[in-house]
Amino acid sequence: MPTDVERWKDEVYGNEIREHLFRFAEEGWDAIPDDEADAWFERFKWWGLYHQRKGQESYFMMRIGTPNGVLEPGQLRTVAEIADEYARGPVDNPEFGAAYCDWTTRQSIQLHWIKLEDVPEIFEKLEANDLSTQQACGDSWRNIVGCPVAGKDTHEHIDAWPVAEELHETFKGDDEYANLPRKWKVSVTGCDQGCGQGDINDLAFEPAEKHGELGFNVRIGGGLSRKEPRLARDVDIWVPEEKATDIAAATTELFNDHGDREDRYNARIKFLVDEWGAEKMRRVLQEDYTDWDLETAGEDLRDQYTYNAGGHEHGDHVGVHEQPDGNYYVGLNVLVGRMGVEATSELADLAEEYGSGEVRLTQRQNVIVTDIPEEDLDDFLAADLLDDYSPDPHPFMRGSIACTGTEFCSLSIVETKNRQVRYARWLKENVDVPAGVTDFHIHLSGCTASCAQPQIADVSLRGMKTRKDGEPVEALDIGLGGGLGENPHFAEWVEMRVPADEVPGYIQNLLDTYEAEREDEETFREFIQRHEEDALQELADPEETDYDDPYMHNTKMTWYPYAEDDDMGSSPAPTNGDGEPISADD
Amino acid sequence: MATRLRLLDDAAWVSVNDEREVGTSEVWPVAESFCSCALAWLVVEAFVDVGVDGRRVEARAHGHCLNCGESGTTPWLPVGKATDDGFALVEGVRR
Repeated sequence: MPTDVERWKDEVYGNEIREHLFRFAEEGWDAIPDDEADAWFERFKWWGLYHQRKGQESYFMMRIGTPNGVLEPGQLRTVAEIADEYARGPVDNPEFGAAYCDWTTRQSIQLHWIKLEDVPEIFEKLEANDLSTQQACGDSWRNIVGCPVAGKDTHEHIDAWPVAEELHETFKGDDEYANLPRKWKVSVTGCDQGCGQGDINDLAFEPAEKHGELGFNVRIGGGLSRKEPRLARDVDIWVPEEKATDIAAATTELFNDHGDREDRYNARIKFLVDEWGAEKMRRVLQEDYTDWDLETAGEDLRDQYTYNAGGHEHGDHVGVHEQPDGNYYVGLNVLVGRMGVEATSELADLAEEYGSGEVRLTQRQNVIVTDIPEEDLDDFLAADLLDDYSPDPHPFMRGSIACTGTEFCSLSIVETKNRQVRYARWLKENVDVPAGVTDFHIHLSGCTASCAQPQIADVSLRGMKTRKDGEPVEALDIGLGGGLGENPHFAEWVEMRVPADEVPGYIQNLLDTYEAEREDEETFREFIQRHEEDALQELADPEETDYDDPYMHNTKMTWYPYAEDDDMGSSPAPTNGDGEPISADD
Repeated sequence: MATRLRLLDDAAWVSVNDEREVGTSEVWPVAESFCSCALAWLVVEAFVDVGVDGRRVEARAHGHCLNCGESGTTPWLPVGKATDDGFALVEGVRR
């Protein structure tokens, strides 16, 4: 029997959703029939609109897809202006204020509290600046990720940016690829450091050489969600750069035909690769989906990968780095990826004043200003904004990533972003950084969807519940030792259901043990990997400290966790286009 | 009275008559049927199925017991009742 979602997609999906979206925007939130609302919300995702959770009816998260995280000159200002004008909710966030932008782990942008009635105006402003929300969510080609400094990187072998651009142009908006069995995440890497994070994508292009020519090896079936993490499998295919789009089309068509539309939990291509194996995947691609002889894999560069590889060389793109053209790019740390609109505008100003105006987003929720001439570097680095968004941040601030959490998301089990901000600050104040550690990755994901990519962090935190003093409280499962590199490794889940207020104490105890017991220059990841499962559990205990967690209660059942009166019944939602509550009797 | 039931948001919610009524992340006391504990404290991680028996709405949920750590899927358990005034959540021990 087809799922509800497949049935809804069969009726209306893809580009045609836009006209319905605009009709509802014109007629108002109330025009969506109650018994059709969930169907329309599912469809709106294709145009980047994700209905916020229970208690926040009529408000949407809007995701803007920026391929490879590239914001061309002027685009960041557009985003800041839209956030300032349209992304304001009924209550401020105590850490981030009234309006803010989220930079995501897939190099996209998320705005919250968007009203349906404002969507046409917002689309007009976005599209006038070559920005779009198209296919930012939903069952299709998602935002294409890659090395965020593609084209401006001294480690580069192939400029991945034009490849990502061509994939974006080809597969966005094409009805043939509009309705896939599930989301389709693609990564293009062109450097020898592995910054594209291809291993955790459905389809990954990785630089490789064959016959003396640089091209890409293809990997298929990576992903982190639902406690079923998979690394993308090597399917023994190499393509030259000019064939990247063709092999992408072939794999997408294969997924379209063979992905499981009966069971959404089995639909991602990682499960098809599990079932078929890499050899069959290659054979079917060759026999049924390609009209040229597939080359076997070329010589890759994976043994040189340093990005998030557990060493000390290259954990992210934060800091000052020289470009091949003699200019510089400067990566700025954005704690948990959220930046207020004033800071975002200021960033756009700085990018225009000192660089080319271009800004890029990383898969670690940070921002990069590119094209800064050497003679302007000191002035740029002296800007006030960099006091808060530092190119040389404290290791605990630098390594913190968090998903959206119960603030807005229906799936999340716990509050995340504000909690992770508090964790990072407490760790900075109270925990000694082990010698040699410049970048310690702590990723907090509110549920098993894994939007904060917890499995590839030094310390992985995943939302859970437990009971403490007889009361249900928000808790986290804790994993250790994850990361990418030549030999990527998912975190080992070590401590389960730790009350959220005991997690900072656990990390403090863990790092004390690491510092005391590490051998020579052993990195944290090496330290974790040499311990057996039982020994890992002995490394540290959770502990209450003076860390204070205001979000221990069931934040999912509040209308907004930071409202003075957060009771679900006190929500002003749903509201009309002016933000005024709509009475149930209206 | 027909009752519209479905699982939404990657099975994080049970929707009853187009309202998200029962969410994951709750901790339910469950009598006998889930693990060897006389009373399991079940963290509901995802819903597996939802159905109706008369006016009683039931669900099978995947989760684990906070006491013993046993993980698995529950038998059908009541989650609420569809009434003429709307939906009333079940409270207390589920059995």
